[in-house]
Amino acid sequence: MPKITINGQELEFKAGQTVIEVARQNGISVPHFCWHPALSVSGNCRMCLVEIEKMPKLAIACSTLASDGMVVHVDSEKAVSARNAVMEFLLINHPLDCPVCDQAGECKLQDYAYRYSSGESRFEEEKQHNKKRVELGPFVMFDAERCISCSRCIRFCDEIAGDKELTFTKRGDRVTISTYPGEELDNPYSLNTTDICPVGALTSRDFRFKARVWDMSKTNSICTGCARGCNDEIWVKNNIVLRLTPRFNKEVNSYWMCDEGRLNTFKFINNQRVDGPHIRRNGQIVKTGYDEAVAFTVSQLKAYNPGEIAFLGSAFASCEDNYMLAKLAKGTLHVKNIDFARHLIPGSADGILICDDKAPNSLGAELSGVKPAPEGLNFEGILEGINSGKIKVLYCLEDDIAAMSPEYENTLSKLDFLVVHATNHNATTVLADVIFPAAAFAEKNGTMVNFQGRLQRLKPAVATIDMDRSLEGMEMSRLDKFGTDFDKWAKKNRVDARASWKMLQTVGSLMGLKMKHQISEEVFADMASCIEAFHGLDYDVIGESGIKIKVNNTAKATK
Amino acid sequence: MPEKKREKDLTIAEKLYIPEIVKGLGLTLKSMFRPKFTMEYPEVKFIPPASYRGRPVLVQEESGTERCVACGLCSRVCPSLAIEVQASETSLEKERYPVKFEINMLRCIFCGFCEEVCPEEAIVMSKDYELVFRDRSEAIYGKDKLMVPIRQVEDRIEFLRNFK
Repeated sequence: MPKITINGQELEFKAGQTVIEVARQNGISVPHFCWHPALSVSGNCRMCLVEIEKMPKLAIACSTLASDGMVVHVDSEKAVSARNAVMEFLLINHPLDCPVCDQAGECKLQDYAYRYSSGESRFEEEKQHNKKRVELGPFVMFDAERCISCSRCIRFCDEIAGDKELTFTKRGDRVTISTYPGEELDNPYSLNTTDICPVGALTSRDFRFKARVWDMSKTNSICTGCARGCNDEIWVKNNIVLRLTPRFNKEVNSYWMCDEGRLNTFKFINNQRVDGPHIRRNGQIVKTGYDEAVAFTVSQLKAYNPGEIAFLGSAFASCEDNYMLAKLAKGTLHVKNIDFARHLIPGSADGILICDDKAPNSLGAELSGVKPAPEGLNFEGILEGINSGKIKVLYCLEDDIAAMSPEYENTLSKLDFLVVHATNHNATTVLADVIFPAAAFAEKNGTMVNFQGRLQRLKPAVATIDMDRSLEGMEMSRLDKFGTDFDKWAKKNRVDARASWKMLQTVGSLMGLKMKHQISEEVFADMASCIEAFHGLDYDVIGESGIKIKVNNTAKATK
Repeated sequence: MPEKKREKDLTIAEKLYIPEIVKGLGLTLKSMFRPKFTMEYPEVKFIPPASYRGRPVLVQEESGTERCVACGLCSRVCPSLAIEVQASETSLEKERYPVKFEINMLRCIFCGFCEEVCPEEAIVMSKDYELVFRDRSEAIYGKDKLMVPIRQVEDRIEFLRNFK
């Protein structure tokens, strides 16, 4: 293998790698703005200038191919002074907006200004002024003064989103980015430009001024917007989810996620939650205690034959929740009618990230045992059964069946008894006789299986009423860490909800279900012992980036 | 056993105490004719110099808006987590303003870090030292109590420009 020497370290590399790539994979940081591992090389920021022996001038590490015997100095005197000069040039027209800029705290320019710049400006003239608030698209705000013209956003639109929308206009110190005439930055991945923008030129309009980045906690989790399950980070302040950002996973989503997933999959966590269990009393849904709701449910379930009961799992719930539902239905009540609703929109997949299957865990639900037993009814069969009066009781997990079509809504209204586990009040809970409050995906530990058959972890980022951030091992923000229990932010904005598997276990334990799991990891260990696909796995093995599992042919993946 | 020598053995005059009492009374008598340093608070208020760190206040511009841009640095630097800021967008040139700005005066330790870190000279320590509340919720000062016209804090801002 060819070898290159960087900062005195002899390193092996593969032919075709650039100097910055070799340095990066060996933990040597070369400062850069315009280079991005998933985008083409542009080489215009000049920040990655390094000294290469036997080359007459400094070279940029991002576009110089590594070659055998090359000797590179990242931190030599010449390279450092060149970087200082580049920083000074970049800062000439960059406004001192850090106090009002959303990027502050995660800004490359800010970081490098501390790390590499000389700390003083010799520029005494007036800075170039430009437009401050340009709405480039429905989700992206552009501040022309802050732009350092790295062209990452332009290359992202061209190469990843496949939608040429942005370009440079003007020259010299007036250079700025703009959309093509008549165009908007409205591709389904537009918000990724705000992530890769090394400065605060492109920022999210949704997150605009909501919080400073250092005041939030971030939790590694996955997006539940479709069957892709993009790896993401959940940013929380005061127990409210404020934004999602993509997290790198080579096998699933690379560095990206779509705007739909980023903006619309978390807002339900903050609003209109089912807070505590509810039951129908004299035709009215009223709030009640857990014991009463559970007792009412059990008494009703016992009053019907197994043939008159149906269970619906959910492709939105975790594998653990679905597993517990299947155990309750098949193992305890001997109900054969169990299935879950599919949420396919054929033709909506775009070949980048977005999938046809709009639910995050269809494959996992099926693998966890939510499929009709032999001679049992499937989803359509169950609905028909309700219409014909054969099915009188429906137990429905975290899915808004009534909202899928008016026809379904009509069907559900014919039931004698409907139990719903729900995160939010919705069309199905309106018809329910018992509503159990369900913890949302960001409030519990769990697993989901994406369309590739990749098992991935959900982690709690938001605390429910019975959770303690430090005891649960949840990520904590500065305020969570250093505040006290009686601070107003400590116990505010909490919902009385429980992970569905816990509720199901409680209901089941009164009907003969012999399970006493305390944490979801135990549920998963139970699953790993009796479901072939999960064999030998546990939460540690799944890790931060998930693990591919063997999916047999019966569970067919839909992209 | 030899008598232990004390650090200072008292003289006979000292042992008598009377000359010492007379000395003390003399000092008291002298002080009675010196200028007074005490004042009859609360009838007479103490007006501290500009270097005094009273309760932190938000500077209100002549136009009636606050100077603060809700950058959150005061909240970040506050060692006692007393300050809570929530930013929002404004059509003014400064782009953002604090839609909520609260200081928990039970937590505030008057260290002045907030004023020191503020990039806009928007939060300064005032001369107000009279903080009275009847319950804890009253001790959380919102924007209504914190905003003070710039005229009242001009000498503090002047002081900061010279010495910060």
